[in-house]
Amino acid sequence: MVEPDNTKLSIRDLTIRFGNATALNKFSLDIRRNEIFTIIGPANSGKSSLLQSLNRLNDLNPVYQKSGTVLIDGQDVDKIDAESLRKRVGIVFALPFPLPLSIFDNIAYGPRMHGIRNKKKLSEIVEKGLRDAYLWDEVKDRLQTPAMNLSGGQQQRLCIARILAVDPEVIMFDEPTSGLDPISTARVEETLRVLKQRYTIILVTNNVAQAARVGDRTAFLLMGELIEVDETKHLFTSPKDKRTDDYITGKFG
Amino acid sequence: MRFRKAKEFVIERLIYLSGFMSIVFVVLIFAFLLKEGLSMFWRVPISDFLFARNWYPISDPPQFGILPLILGSIFVTAGAGVISIPIGIGSALFIAEIAPRRTKEVLKAGIELLAAIPSVVIGFIGMVTLVPLIKNLFDLSTGLTALTGSITLAFMAMPTIVSIAEDAITAVPRQYREAAVAMGATKWQTTWRIVAYAARPGMVAAIMLGIGRVIGETMAVMMVTGNAALIPHSMLQPVRTLTATIAAEMGETVQGGEHYAALFAIGIVLFIVTFLINGVADVYLHKTKK
Amino acid sequence: MKVQLQQKIAFSVLFFCTLLVVVPVLLILVIISIKGFSAIDLGFLTEMPTSGMTAGGIFPAILGTLYLVFGAILFAVPLGVLSAIYLVEYSKDNVLSRLVRLAIVNLAGVPSVVYGLFGLGIFVLFLGFGASILSGSLTLGIMILPVIITASREALESVPRSFRIVSFSLGASKWQTIRHSVLPHALPGILTGTILGLGRAAGETAPILFTVAAFYLPRLPQSVFDQTMALPYHLYVISTQVPGIPENIRYGTALVLLLLVLLLNLAAIILRYRFRKRKKW
Repeated sequence: MVEPDNTKLSIRDLTIRFGNATALNKFSLDIRRNEIFTIIGPANSGKSSLLQSLNRLNDLNPVYQKSGTVLIDGQDVDKIDAESLRKRVGIVFALPFPLPLSIFDNIAYGPRMHGIRNKKKLSEIVEKGLRDAYLWDEVKDRLQTPAMNLSGGQQQRLCIARILAVDPEVIMFDEPTSGLDPISTARVEETLRVLKQRYTIILVTNNVAQAARVGDRTAFLLMGELIEVDETKHLFTSPKDKRTDDYITGKFG
Repeated sequence: MRFRKAKEFVIERLIYLSGFMSIVFVVLIFAFLLKEGLSMFWRVPISDFLFARNWYPISDPPQFGILPLILGSIFVTAGAGVISIPIGIGSALFIAEIAPRRTKEVLKAGIELLAAIPSVVIGFIGMVTLVPLIKNLFDLSTGLTALTGSITLAFMAMPTIVSIAEDAITAVPRQYREAAVAMGATKWQTTWRIVAYAARPGMVAAIMLGIGRVIGETMAVMMVTGNAALIPHSMLQPVRTLTATIAAEMGETVQGGEHYAALFAIGIVLFIVTFLINGVADVYLHKTKK
Repeated sequence: MKVQLQQKIAFSVLFFCTLLVVVPVLLILVIISIKGFSAIDLGFLTEMPTSGMTAGGIFPAILGTLYLVFGAILFAVPLGVLSAIYLVEYSKDNVLSRLVRLAIVNLAGVPSVVYGLFGLGIFVLFLGFGASILSGSLTLGIMILPVIITASREALESVPRSFRIVSFSLGASKWQTIRHSVLPHALPGILTGTILGLGRAAGETAPILFTVAAFYLPRLPQSVFDQTMALPYHLYVISTQVPGIPENIRYGTALVLLLLVLLLNLAAIILRYRFRKRKKW
């Protein structure tokens, strides 16, 4: 299977409950360094819950319960201080949520929270983040204008730049293109391919074709169960499980 | 980093501490009322204090029966309720269901302003307008009566009743109205039979809170009711309320003396009554939210 | 047809009820303005009362009210805002937080004269502050605490959850999230509550009766341990306790107090209205 030193995140027997509802059941999975790992499955199959357990955002939900472990570089995430963990494992949400601040301040938010005060350094970080998210050329002349004024696609790339600015190790994308037009979608996908050289990327999507286009490996989730995980090309050409086949050929979901 | 953690630790302790301060203050208020007023009940049994007919705090020997004051408060409050409840509910229905959007905004602002007028100003206005009016209208020797107090206080209860009832009416789900109209009910039938009916718990809460405000009101009532500590027999007599007694007499008392303790004992009665009223109102308020 | 008539009558009655609530507000404003306007000039606002308060100005009462209100706000705003932060951001749905909520409801319902008794018992006597600006401000401060908490709570709750999630997801701590992603957006609402609290504190008489208010003082207060005159109490005194005060001085005093309180409330209403319109989320 996977060589241990190449494993970035290791999920072991993870079960997630919200009150009485089970979101994820006895889930195990390894995610490798510098791959784009895509997770597909119909709505409510536990994809987002899984992501939010990896950086412990679920901890904010009072009815959240979990058992099992998540390891990052071999270290239990519950033993790491949540703030440091979230700095290492960033997330981009389905809807772009710009803070009601200027473009500059949105991207500088993370670094500032981590103690960077130096103006010149912040400017460098902001510029680098925006360049890496392919947004720099469009906004470089209006960094002080409200981020809320950007278009939907620009806002989503702003959110990518914002997470890049805190210099994470893993970036999780939770259906990042669900609200975007095809051109913006293509740009985000292009960004993902470039980013994987430096980061480990987890992409949750309900767009099967997107998984086929950008994923190195793909997992299929159904009702909180891991049905199948494989190299993307294998999963899409010769799925082992009938349900996977049904889903990717569009019989349900 | 370590400095930041320490700073945040201190701030979060402060937040928790502040959160509990409201409980601390309620307990402190009750504790200090008891501390200063409880000695009254060693001297006068509670039943005598509440039901004896004479309030002569400075005669010799003094008599501390607050029945006339309780009746004074009840007369004024009942009168204010009779006036303010129908008018308040009616105007809440108008504002919530009938008034056009812009009118509604203006009316709500107006009612908020009415709520904001200091009670001493309302008392002053009552004194210069209502008191002579009542005197002449009923041909009395004085216009300072329970009725005058009731009318004055009705205006202090109305903003509370209107704004809370209006919230409750607005919160009635739109489907109720649509269903009623679909069955051929007129707008008025819908408003009265369906919407007002569904908003009942909120209206009860509104009325309770309005009444609570009237019972606790001090300055306005003191300025227009004549302050005679006698058992009232009609609305056209001067009366003295529990609150006015405290405000008017505290200045004359000796700290720690009997009279002083008696006024704090009245404070205990007021505290318990308003505590109960507000508690019940809160229960009804939460009923509407669900 | 009968149904239509019934509706017409009913609506007219409701409209009449509304008039009965709103018209007196205007009437009060008009009467006090007309009769009080002639009394108000610069001297009335800036001079000491003379000849047993039958002439001269009301400056010490205005100044005293400003001192008291400022002191009350100084005490109540930090406490109220922190308390609202506790309720919105920290409290879990348990017995304790329900008790806190119940306590706030009851603080809001305690009669103002009972606050006066409490202030007398704890600040004036037990803590030994005497009848002083300090005692009066603290009493008023506790009285307006529920106003500040309720307004701040609503303001904090209106800040979308997504702001908090985003901030957490970028690795900010809880306090950083509150400080940088929640509080700045709740500020207009908190300010509205503060102004409402100011107005309430400025107009109340009963809580200051036994804790600070002086019938008449020949000089201005020098420290927080001094007594002071105050506008609402002054109005009470000159309209009921002292005979022979000229009518226009009484109306003038009422007008100054009314304007102070109504302008504060109007400012709060406008601020809230503009804030709601401007909100983008």
